[in-house]
Amino acid sequence: MNQNHKTIHPLWLRLNHWINLVALVIMVLSGWRIYNASPIFAFSFPKQITLGGWLGGALLWHFAAMWLVFFNGVMYLSLNIVSGRFKTRFFPLRMRDLVSDFLSALKGTLSHDTLAEYNAVQKLAYLFVIADVILLVLSGLVVWKSVQFPLLRELMGDYDNARIVHFCAMAALVAFTAVHVAMVALVPKTLILMIRGR
Amino acid sequence: MKKHLDKAIIIREALKELPSPARRLFMKRAVTLGGLSLLSGCTVTDEASAERMLVKISRLNDDFQAWLFDPNKLAPTYPESMITKPFPFNAYYERDKVPLVDGDDYVLEVSGLVADKHSWSLDELYRLPQTDQITRHICVEGWSAIGKWGGVTFSTFLKRIGADLTAKYVGFKCADDYYTSIDMPTALHAQTLLTFTYDGKTLPPEYGYPMKLRMPTKLGFKNPKHIVALFVTNTYPGGYWEDKGYNWFSGV
Repeated sequence: MNQNHKTIHPLWLRLNHWINLVALVIMVLSGWRIYNASPIFAFSFPKQITLGGWLGGALLWHFAAMWLVFFNGVMYLSLNIVSGRFKTRFFPLRMRDLVSDFLSALKGTLSHDTLAEYNAVQKLAYLFVIADVILLVLSGLVVWKSVQFPLLRELMGDYDNARIVHFCAMAALVAFTAVHVAMVALVPKTLILMIRGR
Repeated sequence: MKKHLDKAIIIREALKELPSPARRLFMKRAVTLGGLSLLSGCTVTDEASAERMLVKISRLNDDFQAWLFDPNKLAPTYPESMITKPFPFNAYYERDKVPLVDGDDYVLEVSGLVADKHSWSLDELYRLPQTDQITRHICVEGWSAIGKWGGVTFSTFLKRIGADLTAKYVGFKCADDYYTSIDMPTALHAQTLLTFTYDGKTLPPEYGYPMKLRMPTKLGFKNPKHIVALFVTNTYPGGYWEDKGYNWFSGV
């Protein structure tokens, strides 16, 4: 099979990916400014790397970009499931493959010959970040609307705890992004793939 | 180079057209870092249109929250043991600037779409049926604190003054120049109280003497303190922070 002529990432997926990037960058940077208004931990984010200028501005950005995250995420999940891509790209995910792929990744011997398939570590990382963004949305709903979502509120352990969950899920997203970008830098043809589709 | 210049001119022109200096300052800060670069791919190319877009979405979020608001859903209540001590003081000024209202001279003015426009003395208000509740106050900044407020259910008061309960807004004016407004469904919510006490004692000045409208279904800044006048209206009254850019509905 000649990979160069076969579209691996369909157009809808590539659009989803880049819209998601813009939306989540806005969410994270404005979220840092909102965090600074009343920090949970003993630090604040440097003002220069936050979005919104002041709390009111950051909230406007945050509650605008949330719709982008939401609708883009719903599109991504539905198209993935309906097209069967979710099942074929992410499964089966075997423990044995995970361990061997992880070890060879550490040794730098993990092959990227077939970009048409994710290796086991990729599968786990992408499934993780999908779950993490869902957790960000659910904990964010409790921080925003704790009275209107009583069941979610109880699941998160009340309002104050939902803020901590929301923060930790953000930190996990940023950590994923750091690794993700480093991996793309190591295998640049994956960037072309996410732009051109093949 | 040319392109850069053009952009600077466009922004300068756009800023000129913004009506109020306060608003201009607010948005200049709101759209600083990354705002322009993030949106340069879209049709939004200057600060004024970014402002318009964000404010428009905030108005849509008002409508969404009004739709989401369930008048029968109650905010959680807590045991006395969970009350936050000391309950934080919070205002747009320092503690020494808290207005000191003289209770003997005080009257609550009532106007707008109401049948009975007579002003209320504190004694009259204290004679209305009183109740109390322990709820969580959630600040727009993110912190929260649990407190106990006592007073009259606001819907009881609104019915007593013959308010038009189909009107859109109830607006409030405060002794410290603060002002805000809420939607009628929230005004009629069972947990919305016109409160005169905090933790069983007369509301102290820093918590809003002589009265605070307490709504556990709204963010803290929507709960006006030191109320001196209220009115029922169909004309959007805005609010102190709302006019600076905080979302108007701000339900929780």
